[in-house]
Amino acid sequence: MTDTRPIHSVVLVKQVPDTHNITGEVMTKDGTMNRGALPAIFNPEDLNALEMALEIKGRHGGTVTVITMGPPKAANILRESLFRGADKVVLLTDRKFAGADTLATSVVLQLAVQKLGQFDLVLCGRQAIDGDTAQVGPQTAEKLGIPQITYAESVIDIADGKITAQRALDSGSEIVRCTLPCLLTVVGSANTPRPASVRRQMERKLSAAPGEYAALRAKWPEFETDEAVDAFLAKHDLKIPVWTAEEIGATEGTIGLAGSPTQVHKINFVVLESTESKTISPTPEAIAAMVAELVHEYIVG
Amino acid sequence: MTEQKQIWVFIEHTDGKIADVSLELTGKARELGDQLGHEVVGLLCGYNVDALAEEVIEHGADRVLLADDPELALYRTLPYARVAIAEARVRKPEIFLIGGTPNGRDFAPRVASALRCGLTADCTDLQIGDYYVKKEGKTYKDLLYQIRPAFGGNLIATIVNPNTRPQMATVREGVMRKPAADAARKGVVEKVEPAFEPGDFALEVLSRQVRKSTVKLKDAPVIVSGGAGVGSAEEFALLRDLANLLGGEVGASRAAVDAGMIDRAHQVGQTGTTVRPRLYIAAGISGAIQHRAGMDQSSKIIAINTDPNAPMFQIAHYRIVGDVGEVLPMIIKSLRERSMDQRDAE
Repeated sequence: MTDTRPIHSVVLVKQVPDTHNITGEVMTKDGTMNRGALPAIFNPEDLNALEMALEIKGRHGGTVTVITMGPPKAANILRESLFRGADKVVLLTDRKFAGADTLATSVVLQLAVQKLGQFDLVLCGRQAIDGDTAQVGPQTAEKLGIPQITYAESVIDIADGKITAQRALDSGSEIVRCTLPCLLTVVGSANTPRPASVRRQMERKLSAAPGEYAALRAKWPEFETDEAVDAFLAKHDLKIPVWTAEEIGATEGTIGLAGSPTQVHKINFVVLESTESKTISPTPEAIAAMVAELVHEYIVG
Repeated sequence: MTEQKQIWVFIEHTDGKIADVSLELTGKARELGDQLGHEVVGLLCGYNVDALAEEVIEHGADRVLLADDPELALYRTLPYARVAIAEARVRKPEIFLIGGTPNGRDFAPRVASALRCGLTADCTDLQIGDYYVKKEGKTYKDLLYQIRPAFGGNLIATIVNPNTRPQMATVREGVMRKPAADAARKGVVEKVEPAFEPGDFALEVLSRQVRKSTVKLKDAPVIVSGGAGVGSAEEFALLRDLANLLGGEVGASRAAVDAGMIDRAHQVGQTGTTVRPRLYIAAGISGAIQHRAGMDQSSKIIAINTDPNAPMFQIAHYRIVGDVGEVLPMIIKSLRERSMDQRDAE
């Protein structure tokens, strides 16, 4: 028997530099990377988490709330979430959040999820492509005091206050059943995220967070003050709420750099050097000579 | 008497066999333990797993904390974490190493969060060193240097946790070398009683399917690895042909895996398998640092790429600027001709 109770989900998302598409072009001459050349994108597995939440809403009803901690421009992925079907979004932004490691990040997410109120599921991507740590999900679950299902690939059923899901592990798979509320970290193979809906895009494209008002006013000179923009957006339910450290009740020393037990001792630039290297032309003769050399050195054959 | 400080290793096991990565880390912990004068302790949770404890000792542990309980028969986050958190609060280990497996990466952050301590994922090296903080005018002695490629570039970051214990790190399989077993080694097996709470059983495992991996990257003498530049799953067949011809295995970059060209079991790199083959052929792999971290100790590297600026070229012994679809058949043809010549000569 499937539960008829609506399911309220909170999805944790992150804006990340697109480290997947590193090409020779973003490498500088000294062998380091030009970070500015990487565009900021919606962390791919967070899109899978959002899709899973939207599918659950489709089956059970309820709501999908998306939150992100990041700089003001992270509002972009919240807008994208709205276009895809999120009911509500919140931007967690504050200078005090800066420099957070995974533990300090999980404190902010915990407080924000609790401030949202009652929830059944928290979902996030398994990991973010900029760090690949896969730590924030379980750390947030621990802080919320709820169980976790990591590497979730599909939700089989939600009934009687329990969720049944499949975990995709390198070594195989597991089907687990867990009481609600719980936190899911979702893998990329879980689903194909739906594209933004054109209708929702039309309705929500003006959504903006207060940090973006100046840019909006540059486009719409008819709004003379931020307050005027704010009043307009609020009236049309287009305002992206921003929560600061104070608003979620975070205590200093637990968030940002100060709340991070890990510290960067040093950063080494790796200078790429190959001791002896040869350039081989892509011709059958040159390739055959290379193969002969490898055979001669007992590398192959 | 002050108790000897401890370095812990989380011992993972499936079907009565300890994961290689846990024994590799036991070996690394032994090295660090000898350097620091610390005791090496394996944390072994399971049911009817007493027999595994000796194996942990043979690979370098001085002590095994054995939590043997029916509730621990299969890995589950909360019961396993309960044991680790309770014991860590009492014994206060300095360092805690965990394999970067799916369950290790499920377990470690849960424990780190409860203990409010730092955790670094997927380290590619661990060392001991000092850390001077100018602001405090203070030097922290003998910290664990947790070394890993950092996001976005050719950066290697050394992470430290000066103020919290244990210093936790995960490491992928193959990064550290597995020590030889020494049957003469002696150690203590100490039983610990888990004090579970009702909430620890919120999750039940209904079924579990173990897939035996047929991909043997770690010990392959030759690896023919493909990246985004390979273009399609079909074109990976060329890599398979060449690997078969060389008695090797097919590897892949993350880009190729993410594009669905090949199964994740083939992934080489920081978040895949670390390899040290005699020959590594990087076909259409640009060479992000995360990939290079998993293969740069290969004896010989051939890089094939249409982009002459691909970072992979900078560590390659043979650089071929060209299309994978054209170059690989040339190598295959050349190898086939050689073996034909050999047969003729015999």
